[in-house]
Amino acid sequence: MGSYEYRRYPYRRPAELDGRSKRHPVVIVGAGMAGPTLALAMAARGIPSVVLDEDDTVSFGSRSICQAKHSLEVWDRFGIAGRMVEKGITWQQGEVYLRDKPIYHFDLAPEPGHKFPAFVNLQQYYVEEYLFDSCLAEKLIELRFRNKVVGVRPGPESVSVDVETPDGRYALEAEWLVACDGVRSAVRHLLDLPFPGEIFNDQFLIADIRLARELPKERRFWFYPPFHPTNSVLLHRQADDVLRVDFQLGRDADPEEEKKPENVDRRLRQMFGPDATWKHEWTSVYTFTCRMMERFVHGRTIFVGDAAHVVSPFGARGGNAAVADADNLAWKLARVLEGSSPAALLDSYCSERRAAARENILNSTRSTDFITPKFPASRAFRDATLALARDFPFARALVNSGRLSVPTVQPGSPLDTPDGDSDWQRGPAPGSAILDAPVDSDLGGFLIDHLGPGFTVLCFAAGAADLPCLPAGVAGLMVGHEGPAPAGWAARHDREGLLEQRYDGREGTAYLIRPDRYVAARWRRPDAMVLAAAVRRAAGHG
Amino acid sequence: MAEAATGALRRSLNLARPDEIYNAIVDAHKDLDDEQCRAFDARLILLLVNHVGDADAIREALAAARPEREGEPNDR
Repeated sequence: MGSYEYRRYPYRRPAELDGRSKRHPVVIVGAGMAGPTLALAMAARGIPSVVLDEDDTVSFGSRSICQAKHSLEVWDRFGIAGRMVEKGITWQQGEVYLRDKPIYHFDLAPEPGHKFPAFVNLQQYYVEEYLFDSCLAEKLIELRFRNKVVGVRPGPESVSVDVETPDGRYALEAEWLVACDGVRSAVRHLLDLPFPGEIFNDQFLIADIRLARELPKERRFWFYPPFHPTNSVLLHRQADDVLRVDFQLGRDADPEEEKKPENVDRRLRQMFGPDATWKHEWTSVYTFTCRMMERFVHGRTIFVGDAAHVVSPFGARGGNAAVADADNLAWKLARVLEGSSPAALLDSYCSERRAAARENILNSTRSTDFITPKFPASRAFRDATLALARDFPFARALVNSGRLSVPTVQPGSPLDTPDGDSDWQRGPAPGSAILDAPVDSDLGGFLIDHLGPGFTVLCFAAGAADLPCLPAGVAGLMVGHEGPAPAGWAARHDREGLLEQRYDGREGTAYLIRPDRYVAARWRRPDAMVLAAAVRRAAGHG
Repeated sequence: MAEAATGALRRSLNLARPDEIYNAIVDAHKDLDDEQCRAFDARLILLLVNHVGDADAIREALAAARPEREGEPNDR
């Protein structure tokens, strides 16, 4: 069963078992999507890490398949996003049906001039494989397979971790322990930390199949389709011509019965007709919960991704939020380890990513309530919305089959400097993710290609005299300048005028961009003092 | 009693022929069973809510329409 060949990654006897032990700056538990992303983002800043995983292969089953634009932009820093786009299915359109009639069509990225599309569908095992390839090629990362965490002992200066291997048990000393070990996080259990939230009882059946016919690229969602008249069905294409079919089963389904091949085949036969043929890739019956830890940072142990928060799958907010967590944490943890920021900078990881998790849970719970109404009036309004959607455009906007992941806004973060100027027509405000746009240069064609691992000031200035003085360690990117750039600055051409448009980039306008490509501050014409103060604040010194 | 009154919701008469509209609403439910009434009302509410558009007025109406905890007038 399955077209993907699961490679076994080699286990190597850890040095600690032979008495060679040292304190590691960062130990990451879990080699899923978040752990290797974090390790690579730390390595890009010169910080070594050890990644522990109890298994020795990638994710079993396709699992998280919708890789969002903002995740691809993170992975692009490691040179693997191009591979993902090439292998995966780029899509941006979706169709929602009521019974057999289309009622709502959406297009997620109607705007040109971005390096990456809204979504690429790629099975989680490929994402992990590409991440592992990069980790294995990186000297600063040690990936330890078949290393299972069985004990965690937090101390004031470090965390001690007990690890079980095929050759026995050893202790590992970490300045910082980062738990990226998923919804059933061993680290969270070992520290006996609560994971409060809401349990949902509706059951869903995933049937990943290879169907011998032309496959649609867009996402399709049916309410009450003729082939599954009591519930909803989601259809989504993945790499290798694999189709994800997701049947809502209701609360009373028997998962063992539903998983039987003859029962899965019966449902698929109703859907695809008597002549269709297919091969099974992966079958799974799932329910879900929405949960969030009260704090993501506990002393020197930090929780990332599903270990810290879980949502329903509607909206592709699980894996993509985990990647965003890792990207938010990496630069902060690197600065704390280098001593260039106080440890309190990590508090902003907790506050910013908890706000993001709340937003993700809110969105996915609203989708869940629409797809699986919990009480009769809720169902009545859902069905009323569907009934009106064909004739009334406003009702189409209310049809909620999943609000797909976009970068969350982090308003009011202590790292941001609120707007002082009030004449902004457009452009990302402090707390928002940057907007990509084409730029002309021989190094790369988009803004995101020119943002390094540190802070960047993006300035719209025709002349060097209009540039603010750069604080130490901050890169300058100037747009609209002819001729050579002054020291510390790189000049880029606004190829299609979209940068100026998207950033409301009047002469003198400057944006302070964080290492995770969020806007920390912006001005119409900053002087050296306000710029330096904003950088200090964004680095946790404020 | 509408504790969340912000003044967005009109309280005075806004209908030229009030009896006619009132009876049109009631009559529209006449031949419907309970389930059909609920579906009809849900569609009607969504259509009117979108037409009103004013989120403050809608929230105020939601609060005003809730059954009161004790007695009058909704439980009488």
